[in-house]
Amino acid sequence: MTQTDPILTVAGLSKTFILHLREGARLPVVAGAGFELHAGECVALGGPSGAGKSSLLKMVYGNYRVDAGTIQVRDGDETVDVATADPRRLIRLRGQTMGYVSQFLRVIPRVGALDVVAEPLIGDGVAREEATARAGALLARLNLPERLWQLPPATFSGGEQQRVNIARGLIAHRPLLLMDEPTASLDAANRAVVVELIEEKKRAGVGILGIFHDAEVREAVCDRVIDVTEFARAA
Amino acid sequence: MITQHDQPLLIAEGLSKNYGARIGCRDVSLAVHPGEVLAVVGESGSGKSTLLGVLSTELAPSAGRVSYRMRDGRMADLASLGAAERRLLMRTDWGFVRQNPAEGLRMAVSAGGNVGERLMAVGWRHYGNIRAEALDWLAKVEIAGDRIDDDPRAFSGGMRQRLQIARNLVTRPRLVFMDEPTGGLDVSVQARLLDLIRGLVAELGLAVVIVTHDLAVARLLSHRMVVMRHGRVIETGITDQVLDDPREPYTQLLVSSVLAA
Repeated sequence: MTQTDPILTVAGLSKTFILHLREGARLPVVAGAGFELHAGECVALGGPSGAGKSSLLKMVYGNYRVDAGTIQVRDGDETVDVATADPRRLIRLRGQTMGYVSQFLRVIPRVGALDVVAEPLIGDGVAREEATARAGALLARLNLPERLWQLPPATFSGGEQQRVNIARGLIAHRPLLLMDEPTASLDAANRAVVVELIEEKKRAGVGILGIFHDAEVREAVCDRVIDVTEFARAA
Repeated sequence: MITQHDQPLLIAEGLSKNYGARIGCRDVSLAVHPGEVLAVVGESGSGKSTLLGVLSTELAPSAGRVSYRMRDGRMADLASLGAAERRLLMRTDWGFVRQNPAEGLRMAVSAGGNVGERLMAVGWRHYGNIRAEALDWLAKVEIAGDRIDDDPRAFSGGMRQRLQIARNLVTRPRLVFMDEPTGGLDVSVQARLLDLIRGLVAELGLAVVIVTHDLAVARLLSHRMVVMRHGRVIETGITDQVLDDPREPYTQLLVSSVLAA
């Protein structure tokens, strides 16, 4: 295996939701989706709302299940197929290789913003003190006022929560990053910080697959766009 | 974390438990690994508490077996252990946190005594050391040290539950069973308890089998999940996968019935 091998290879991916509570109604999402992602590359999933961009991202993360096809992720010297991996293997893959920045922060009662952000580092074995210091530095870069750091983010504004979420998603090194609209609720200044952070990840060799509705951000960070409507049409 | 140890700690194979003609649980197989939190969810009567009882040897299975990796690394069939050996296991290497703290605590014994009792069971004899360790654990579960001589009858529901957790964790067990540990508590009290459990489980690297009907609790605490209905496991997977993309009709019903606050 060489460095030029893709970090992510999706092939023949198909998914239909079956809604048992609606007389088994079938909601096709994608059919026959296929693409590759290389280290250091940022690729946007494009297409209108409802085309299946988020669902595709969630399938790659293993959050949504797959009816057919493969999702090969390079994990060190191994390759893991997310579509068929044992749950424990998938948890390990998420822990060391694949990060996900969701659109919204899932708040945990009573846990302060600084600890929310530091948690992935602590999971990696970084000492609490260093993890907290790095979390603080990242939150400062994202212009989150220091007086908020110890507070649980439940009462934060949408933009503040999103910045905590981005910091949590980017703080640890993961060779593959999935990002679902990371700048949706941010002002121009903070969008620019996120663009910088994404550029840094790319320079560190991270492969990024994301949904970027903001055209300016997309043009700044993305090397190419994959049109998801192609896959939806087939579905 | 989960990664280093790939040898299962507990293995259940083909477990069934009947109460006469009534089925408690049927043909359940699962494995629990060190440091892993497994949630068992389902509605009342789905067999989840029966399963917990059989896994923890409190109930004898009608069929199937449970094996456990002892501290020396060997896998033991729990049914083959003598009563004394099993009791020692339960007092030292296992914990059991019950929904009703009155069933998991000795209500007429002081808070310090409740925690110290488990230490004495593993051979601690020095009164000063036992009291110091008990104080340390009361602090960990956020109970003020000056309550050490009070008995739990004087405690609120949330405090009793935190005391029960201290009593169970003081011997550094490797596996803890929890049966609806936050059931019946006020929401704010529940949040504090969940936060505490979450922190301690990660800090101590505990394996946990937690039975709950509360999907939010399962999402917050567990890595993997099994869904039970009519005594059977009908769906399993990573917790977020089962909750966000449930496949079985019954799981879809469970997930869609939760009110989003």
